[in-house]
Amino acid sequence: MIKFTNVFKAFPKGGLALKDVSFHVAKGEFAFLTGHSGAGKSTVMKLIYAEERPTSGEVRVSGYNVNEMRPREVPMLRRKLGIVFQDFRLLEDRTAEENVAFALEVTAARASTISARVMRVLTQVGLAAKAQAYPRELSGGEQQRVAIARSLVNEPTVLLADEPTGNLDERATRGVFQLLRDINASGTAVVMATHDLDLVRQAPYRVIELQEGALVYDSSVDETGGAAPPRDQAVAP
Amino acid sequence: MNLTFREAILTFKRAPLLSVLSVTTIAFSLFVLGLFGLVVVNLQNALRDVEERVEVVAYLLPGAPVEGVAQALKDIEAFPEVQSANYVSEDEALARARAELVELRDVMQELERNPLPASIEIKLKPGFRDTDHVSAVAERLRGFGFVDDVRFGRDWVEKLDRLRGLAAAVGIIVGAAFAVVAIIIIGTTIRMAVLQRSREIAIMRLVGATDGFIRRPFLLQGAIKGLLGGLVAIGLSFGAYALIDRYLLQSSFFTQAQAAGIVAFGALIGLLGSTISVGRHLKRV
Repeated sequence: MIKFTNVFKAFPKGGLALKDVSFHVAKGEFAFLTGHSGAGKSTVMKLIYAEERPTSGEVRVSGYNVNEMRPREVPMLRRKLGIVFQDFRLLEDRTAEENVAFALEVTAARASTISARVMRVLTQVGLAAKAQAYPRELSGGEQQRVAIARSLVNEPTVLLADEPTGNLDERATRGVFQLLRDINASGTAVVMATHDLDLVRQAPYRVIELQEGALVYDSSVDETGGAAPPRDQAVAP
Repeated sequence: MNLTFREAILTFKRAPLLSVLSVTTIAFSLFVLGLFGLVVVNLQNALRDVEERVEVVAYLLPGAPVEGVAQALKDIEAFPEVQSANYVSEDEALARARAELVELRDVMQELERNPLPASIEIKLKPGFRDTDHVSAVAERLRGFGFVDDVRFGRDWVEKLDRLRGLAAAVGIIVGAAFAVVAIIIIGTTIRMAVLQRSREIAIMRLVGATDGFIRRPFLLQGAIKGLLGGLVAIGLSFGAYALIDRYLLQSSFFTQAQAAGIVAFGALIGLLGSTISVGRHLKRV
């Protein structure tokens, strides 16, 4: 599903954002990507959705080789992925429903399928009643749910969540995390970048930890069973 | 296509102020170009009026045979450059001179014999009223045996040639400069519209929109803005023309085709400006 093999990524002005990173996320898996700010989590995410190309090594995602992708293949890859960010990235001048529909419209889906699928995912994230609300009328947790609904509407095989709870209070964090777990339970692989240690401890999922661009810990490799919590010092604020 | 149209129209609704500003900027850029166009059009009309007066006159020897002259008239009218050829008899020439040269009327009255020769006055078709063509026609006329002399005001025709060349050069250079300024201003305006929506473009890309999909509404929007700007510019130009025509000097406005050309030019610049702005933006992000 996602495979990094000896990936290096250099910053444009020198220095390395990633150093020899290798890991594999299988179909249907849930993996946390942890580490300090600047550890390279976002770079890993950007390589997965082909916003960046590796300097060396190989990145494979959903059958695409990111190293050799032609620009016109990038949108095709992204339609197979759902992407969620800390800052939600919703269009302020569109309702929740329009924001979600937008992701389908760009794929030139039929109008009849769009409205049915949009309502289905809004129901899935518990926001069917607020379909006509604008982002400014929604709480942070609700906005993130709209963003998650948007990422789900194309029925992705992988959901990438880059600090999805970073802007949320504890209650909203729990709700959004539970939603991601439910999505994973229905078969979608989830890669969630976070530095929220409590969240990581709550669930028996795989943990991949980065430090200064290097992969320093992978629970599926370093410990049998793959459910061990990460080392505290690596994720402490 | 439907979606492209909807998105393009939505932008006008979502950012009405910026849209009005864009259309106004485009309109005024094209208005300046239009004003210059009006100057060119009127200058051309004035030159055409002057050109109308270009005439070649062949003076005939006394006693030229009537049949020969009639045949010559037919031959001359068949020249490709010639619009009309008119025979003026000696008597007609004298009558004209009496009417036109009032101050010499007494001298004319005392004449025992008509000193004026008969002539053929030749007008040339538009496009042939320059020195080269006029000289060529004059040379051919000299070939007729009963033609004594041929006059066409060489200096005057040469001056007209130079004036025409100057008007064309100024028209092209200044017109191109105005057009370039209009293109830059319009391009900048459209760039603002693209930057205003850069967040939206980034999100579109994240959810898997192709560059073509992102580009299309902008192109349509640019073309519509250019078209509207062009229409407003034509309206403003017409207002300016009406004022000048009424209070300053009698002038003429664009033909329908020229006006349509300016509107089309606006739409084209809008389209091109958008293509370049969006293309550069998409390449950079």
